[in-house]
Amino acid sequence: MGNKGTLRVIWPPAALSLLGLAAWQLVSDLGLIEPWLLPSPLAIAREALAIAPRLLEHAAATAQLTLIGFAAGTAAGLALAALLHLLPGVKAALYPLLVLSQNIPIIVIGPLFLIWFGFTLLPKVLLVALVCFFPVCVAMLTGLAQSDPHLAEYMRMIGANKREMLWKLELPNAMPYLFSGLKIAATYSVMSGVIAEWIGAEKGLGYFMLLSSKGFQPARVFAAVALVVAMSLALFAAAAAAERLFIRWRPAGGDEGGRPK
Amino acid sequence: MKDAVPALEIAGLRKSFGRGKTSREVLGGVSLTVNEGEFVSLIGPSGSGKTTLFRLIGGLERPDAGDIRIGGRPANGRRGLIAYMPQQASLMPWRTVAANVELALEIAGVPRREARTQSREWLARIGLGDYAETYPHLLSGGMQQRVSFLRALLAPQPLMCLDEPFGALDALTRLKMQRWLLSIWEQNRRAVLFVTHSIEEALLLSDRVLVLSPSPAAVIYERKVPFPRPRDEALWTSPEFNAIKQDIYERLQAYGEVGEGAR
Ligand SMILES: Nc1ncnc2c1ncn2[C@@H]1O[C@H](COP(=O)(O)OP(=O)(O)OP(=O)(O)O)[C@@H](O)[C@H]1O
Ligand SMILES: [Mg+2]
Repeated sequence: MGNKGTLRVIWPPAALSLLGLAAWQLVSDLGLIEPWLLPSPLAIAREALAIAPRLLEHAAATAQLTLIGFAAGTAAGLALAALLHLLPGVKAALYPLLVLSQNIPIIVIGPLFLIWFGFTLLPKVLLVALVCFFPVCVAMLTGLAQSDPHLAEYMRMIGANKREMLWKLELPNAMPYLFSGLKIAATYSVMSGVIAEWIGAEKGLGYFMLLSSKGFQPARVFAAVALVVAMSLALFAAAAAAERLFIRWRPAGGDEGGRPK
Repeated sequence: MKDAVPALEIAGLRKSFGRGKTSREVLGGVSLTVNEGEFVSLIGPSGSGKTTLFRLIGGLERPDAGDIRIGGRPANGRRGLIAYMPQQASLMPWRTVAANVELALEIAGVPRREARTQSREWLARIGLGDYAETYPHLLSGGMQQRVSFLRALLAPQPLMCLDEPFGALDALTRLKMQRWLLSIWEQNRRAVLFVTHSIEEALLLSDRVLVLSPSPAAVIYERKVPFPRPRDEALWTSPEFNAIKQDIYERLQAYGEVGEGAR
């Protein structure tokens, strides 16, 4: 999938978004909604420009938190996936608990982390890492375990040992799974960063949103939301770009390019 | 150039699966020999245990009784002693065609550089040079099987085990592949144990044909194929070819079952 393909995927939702914004602007201009309830897109943009330096400072703080958390969560997810894959007994015991643990809302864990680790970056990074960790770990574990049985049988028949099975079969097989996990983690990470900042921070977009909504400044809240969305998209796009860079062998677009088996 | 030591020697091989009442004997005392430089075909009804036999030769399973010797050395439960071509092409989708050919060489411990030059040279020789750097999903089924065969051919182990390699191909492609394999093998005489359902295929390719009974399998018939090499499909019209074909067909039928390709 080249740039043309990417463009073809992107333009319909982009066009729809623009249409929605235009409608919103029109409704506001016609005076159908009170501006202090819902400011118009142009008003939001004006406000964002007016406070751009502050906004960017908060965005930078959120970006830092998100990226550190994403990296830490991914690393932990990969490490645990590798461990559980190599120790099937441990996997059988731990994996169900891991799935169960996902039912604990992070809104509950956040304040606990604050109590345990104080008002530092650490509890917030941990929260983001916790959110990113799960999709990466599960995707990687699935990919490692889902090798084509024909390929596995072939490898054993020609005498591949465990190490060769891992490096030449299971890991390459897991790569597409890993990237879908990374894309999910990338999507969630900015959101969880914002939530972490809600729970306790003195900078970042989450903190700024809370402050602005308490101060009855909806334009600022929306400006921050727009930045959060933009950052989420950017991180997702980065993961997708990395995927395309690493996985060149897949037939483009699934059904085109490849021959039927 | 017949060696004193056979490439493969199997004596009294037995294997059962399951326990107690559900236990089923799949191999009931299989004995056979493949000499150095000899092409031996194994014909048997579906489910008679041919793949099981290969898994024992490959060392993935241990026999309940009996002995396997590869190149004179005891090989029960030992892996990595054979070159292998499975029924499905089993090419890794993330490796290029050339890298797929090199896989078997890598696992066998051939240095990377040597594996590389060999794979390039041979891909060009079999007319797939232009595909060396593409991925397998771009190849047709027949081309994939050629790559899979080349991978087994270049592997350094002297004994090649081919498990019904053309079973999934259409009749025309299959015919081409047989001709192709014949020409390559006749230049390169390796010891081959070849499983097939088709009597014609077996007769065209082999020096010797073994017939397996339904499970519990044993070799019930053995027939030398006397035609001189190099061979071609002109054989199929010769009366002798048809006489041998009929003979083997009757042996198979005596057990009430005949493979699909046998006619
Ligand atoms: N691991 C196993 N556990 C239990 N039964 C098995 C196992 N492996 C093979 N079998 C049984 O052994 C029998 C022979 O199987 P095998 O695959 O060796 O036959 P085959 O001759 O290769 O058949 P085909 O010509 O269809 O490929 C089958 O009935 C199968 O169910
Ligand atoms: Mg079989």
